[in-house]
Amino acid sequence: MTKLAEAAAAFDVAKLREDFPILAERVHGKPLVYLDNANTTQKPRQVLDALDHYYRHDNANIHRATHLLSERATAAYEGTRATVASFINAPDKREVVFTKGCTEGINLVAQTWGRNTLAPGDEVLVTWMEHHSNIVPWQLVCAATGATLKVCPITDRGELDLDAFDRLLTPRTKIVAMIHVSNALGTINPVAELTRKARAVGAVVLVDGAQAVPHLPVDVQAIGCDFYTFSGHKIYGPTGTGILYGKAARLEAMPPYQGGGDMISSVTFEKTDYNVLPYKFEAGTPNIAGIVGLGAAITYVAGIDREAARAHEDTLLQYLTAQVAAVPGTRLLGEAREKSSVLSFVMEGVHPHDVGTILDTEGIAVRTGQHCAQPIMDRYGVPATVRASIGLYNTRDDVDAFIRGLHKVREVFG
Amino acid sequence: MSDLRELYQEVILDHNKRPRNFGTLDQPSRTARGHNPLCGDRLTLQLAIEGDRIAQVAFEGSGCAISKASASLMTEAIKGHTVAEAEALFERFHTLVTTPPDAPVSTEGLGKLAVFAGVREYPARVKCASLAWHTMKNAVEAVPATARTEEE
Repeated sequence: MTKLAEAAAAFDVAKLREDFPILAERVHGKPLVYLDNANTTQKPRQVLDALDHYYRHDNANIHRATHLLSERATAAYEGTRATVASFINAPDKREVVFTKGCTEGINLVAQTWGRNTLAPGDEVLVTWMEHHSNIVPWQLVCAATGATLKVCPITDRGELDLDAFDRLLTPRTKIVAMIHVSNALGTINPVAELTRKARAVGAVVLVDGAQAVPHLPVDVQAIGCDFYTFSGHKIYGPTGTGILYGKAARLEAMPPYQGGGDMISSVTFEKTDYNVLPYKFEAGTPNIAGIVGLGAAITYVAGIDREAARAHEDTLLQYLTAQVAAVPGTRLLGEAREKSSVLSFVMEGVHPHDVGTILDTEGIAVRTGQHCAQPIMDRYGVPATVRASIGLYNTRDDVDAFIRGLHKVREVFG
Repeated sequence: MSDLRELYQEVILDHNKRPRNFGTLDQPSRTARGHNPLCGDRLTLQLAIEGDRIAQVAFEGSGCAISKASASLMTEAIKGHTVAEAEALFERFHTLVTTPPDAPVSTEGLGKLAVFAGVREYPARVKCASLAWHTMKNAVEAVPATARTEEE
């Protein structure tokens, strides 16, 4: 037994599956095989219970009332902040800003730090494997400020071209915005090494960790980035929740993102003073229940043996990759040496949407399309791909059902 | 399998594999584009209209079997017909694919296009079937915008 297989064997997936009620669903009369985890993950009952408990027992607005329910709601909401800070090793929980998702975190940085900082002649460096959410916000801010967007290319196997990165990184580079784990290819990028390089030329670094936090241990201090963003719903938490980590000094220097209640310390018609971190960036009543649920999700993930969980997911990805490659007429996209949880591929003569429809009739959920990463599709000359993505609760049986589904696709299309 | 065969009928598989009127025209009088940003299906449709008649038609692009077969069968159905006939056919086809699966629907006058009745069982795929048709409508009405079907 290899070391990885040994570590994976220590992971009790059958027991973990009992925490996810939705896995008992039947789809078109078949047991659900959920392989769309890079899109969104299912929720354990610990998260469902936290949402239910919050609305049944604690529901009130936060930070602004003297009654007991408001105190309980505030404590639960702020409890998530401390949980997240510890989970990503942020030095201070004031550096954890709640957002409605990873996309909002990136837009917040682009519209506050970016608009305040960028000028004509400055450059924003992104990579070819960014999700649209880490491209479009920078295009908007470049259009508004006159800065230029630069793109680091990738190699055929789906890794960043590090020589090109070195060439593109210059004193004109004001920010490097890069994805930690590619949602379309599964590539794990060496973000700590690239952050060191970026900081050496004086650039700020934002890392999009939406696809990383559910699978890898993330330590924002070890990475050394200025900003790290992710979504709650991809890490077994509720939709409409997200995290922006930012170094305190950076966040302090940034103007507010939105104006409203909670983000101020005093308001007159003449002058408004903004609230301290992180509240300066949290205008209006937030998704309190969702944030409480996110806290439960992160406590859940942090409570499992993450090393064993990663070995389980990696072993499954290897098995999935080998099985898909053995189906006649498949072409894999993205064969990086360091990968996590995602397998993208196309089938000769069959469009991904037809694959998706046929798999669906077998109860198998995958993503088909462009995965909000059109430049990647163009890079490989395909209109779309089929993407199977693994979560904690997936098993070899899921992969076997998926492969049987692909054979069915071949049967229909000949 | 029987359900799937309702969707992927032989006619559809055949037109997916060997799309008719696939390519471009030398002298098109109308060119229109269709794009379904949700799935990335893209299509360019060209018509050579002589008087009130669609004398020549061609399409190219990339898409799923449903969208490609729908475009291919559409070109066969409208070629040589008048613009008014093509527009009437659009209405009949649109009704066919957007009528709820439990409601009765007429396939009268649709000929081979009746095979798309099975699409009704797959709401996510209706827009694939109708993309070429919306593009054709834009072409005959000389609407410059790219046809989109995400609202379908």
